[in-house]
Amino acid sequence: MSTPLVDINNLHVRFHGQRTVHAVNGVNLTLAPGETLGVLGESGSGKSVTLKTLLRLLPENRTQIAGDVRVSGVDVMALSGKALANHRGGVVSMIFQDPMLALDPVYTIGEQISEGVMRHEGASSREAYARALEMLTRVRIPSPERRLKAYPHEMSGGMRQRAMIALALACKPKLLLADEPTTALDATVQIQILLLLRELQRELGMGMIFVTHDIGVAVEVSDRVAVMYAGQVVETGSVRDILRSPQHPYTRGLLAANLHGAQKGQRLQAIPGAPPPLDTAPVTCSFAPRCPVKAAGCDAGPPPNVTLAPGREVRCIHALGEAQGSAAN
Amino acid sequence: MLKYLAARILYTLPVAFGVSVVCFMLVHIAPGDPLTSILPPDASAQLQQEMRALYGFDRPLPVQYGIWLLKVLQGDFGTSIATGRPVATELGRALGNTFILAVVATLIGFLLGSLFGFVAGYFRDSWIDKVASFISIIGVSVPHYWLGMVLVIIFSVQLNWLPATGAGPGGSGDWAWDWAHIRHLILPAITMSVIPMGIVARTVRALVADILSQEFVSGLRAKGLMDVGVFRHVVKNAAPTALAVMGLQLGYLLGGSILIETVFSWPGTGFLLGQAIFQRDLPLLQGAILVLAMVFVVLNLLVDIVQSLIDPRVQRT
Repeated sequence: MSTPLVDINNLHVRFHGQRTVHAVNGVNLTLAPGETLGVLGESGSGKSVTLKTLLRLLPENRTQIAGDVRVSGVDVMALSGKALANHRGGVVSMIFQDPMLALDPVYTIGEQISEGVMRHEGASSREAYARALEMLTRVRIPSPERRLKAYPHEMSGGMRQRAMIALALACKPKLLLADEPTTALDATVQIQILLLLRELQRELGMGMIFVTHDIGVAVEVSDRVAVMYAGQVVETGSVRDILRSPQHPYTRGLLAANLHGAQKGQRLQAIPGAPPPLDTAPVTCSFAPRCPVKAAGCDAGPPPNVTLAPGREVRCIHALGEAQGSAAN
Repeated sequence: MLKYLAARILYTLPVAFGVSVVCFMLVHIAPGDPLTSILPPDASAQLQQEMRALYGFDRPLPVQYGIWLLKVLQGDFGTSIATGRPVATELGRALGNTFILAVVATLIGFLLGSLFGFVAGYFRDSWIDKVASFISIIGVSVPHYWLGMVLVIIFSVQLNWLPATGAGPGGSGDWAWDWAHIRHLILPAITMSVIPMGIVARTVRALVADILSQEFVSGLRAKGLMDVGVFRHVVKNAAPTALAVMGLQLGYLLGGSILIETVFSWPGTGFLLGQAIFQRDLPLLQGAILVLAMVFVVLNLLVDIVQSLIDPRVQRT
């Protein structure tokens, strides 16, 4: 296999301030070029933090990062100065959750897109504006010439997110990071944006990491899914594997806790309890206190990371038997 | 844009009217009779009555106000009781002097304040921030007439580098941009610049810290911009508020510099206002307050317009 586009190995991220938070505790992720990985998890599971590490966007003085992060073989943690700036936006680009907050309110869309193009490609302002126009057309914003001169507050939410996508893709990055790009949008607009993203990802042959807390969204865009809980990846697999035969009890709980097939008057399925506080690094299985199939060995130490098949991993003590079972077959 | 401009100018009319009423009433509410200061103590009741009628003080207040307003609108502010010269002439000369002092002081204060504030906000919680914040707190809290006196003692009395009083050689009231006059401007301008410097520095520090914590700054970095590129965005985001603060400070300085102008005997509006108060010179006082208030209103208007040019969101509100 050629060098993976993304290779994250044993990533730990710890924020210290008034309170220490162990946001990410040993994450391993790989992404092949042109592949889309959906990262699924609830708020605080460390999915956005993992994403931001790929761009080194976390506040340096308050963050402690350990582990190996490589994009196309380049060690991201070793980048600095101009090399880091070239990496950001040139190789890896990001779409944020709320485009209203992620765009500068006092510059026009055209200025904001062309700025990055001028920075990365040394283009003249005229060329950069031409690229901005091309990108706005590409993300199918109606009357793009006019929108070039528009300010973020003059556009609708969906249009702003399209502009954000145009901005992120303007310098043809190899990897696109999408941090819940549809969460702030209406349901109807969400689908349009998802379809657009998937289409652009295929056209440009980019790799994409798509962070979401919505299983439906993850399934819609991803080739593979990684489920995160309390700063760890608890299960990875193809969309099909995750949907058809979820192995980790947390994944099962998530899949059961949807609204489809729910009947009026009945309580909705939910996972009891709440995620653990991350003041200290977990030493045992973080999900054990909420786990419906908790066994005696769960409190003894960290759960094993079991590889069921290539690209199919589960971090659960019960998966051990499963692996042996499938090996025996 | 034109519509916004027209609306904004229309809004100033009721404000201006209110200001003129307040100006007029304030002076009449204050105790004391202006005539006592120019009439001899033993003036007869009849003479007092005649003088009253001459200046129109015997008519009902609303009528006095109406007459005064009509004349003011024609540029006639009446005659100074103390000097006998037209108020408009006195005010015009004083305004010019104060304007020079206030603009120079505001520019110094704004430039230094923005610099300190920016550095403090950018390197928040570092020692640079602490030093810059310390300087700006001193700027806000030091009594400026005291600072003026200290500067005079050091630079005029001890070192004999700069003149202590007046606006030009030989106490001339006419300003010119040459070294002989600028020498006189340095000490009062520096003294006056300390307050806007402190306030602008504190405002800009808070602004910059707030802007840097917003998500779009992450967005800019994610786009690959280096510090210089991010700086450009922060400046344009901070500029409207910083300019508004500067405009307000200029307004304060144009009117509120009685103490400094008195310490340095600077022949400006503050100095004139002080004299008018002590001499109970009603026409001069009313005229001075009105003109200063109007300067404030116009300045606010200008600041709003400049803001709307920088920040497109302002026009919508």
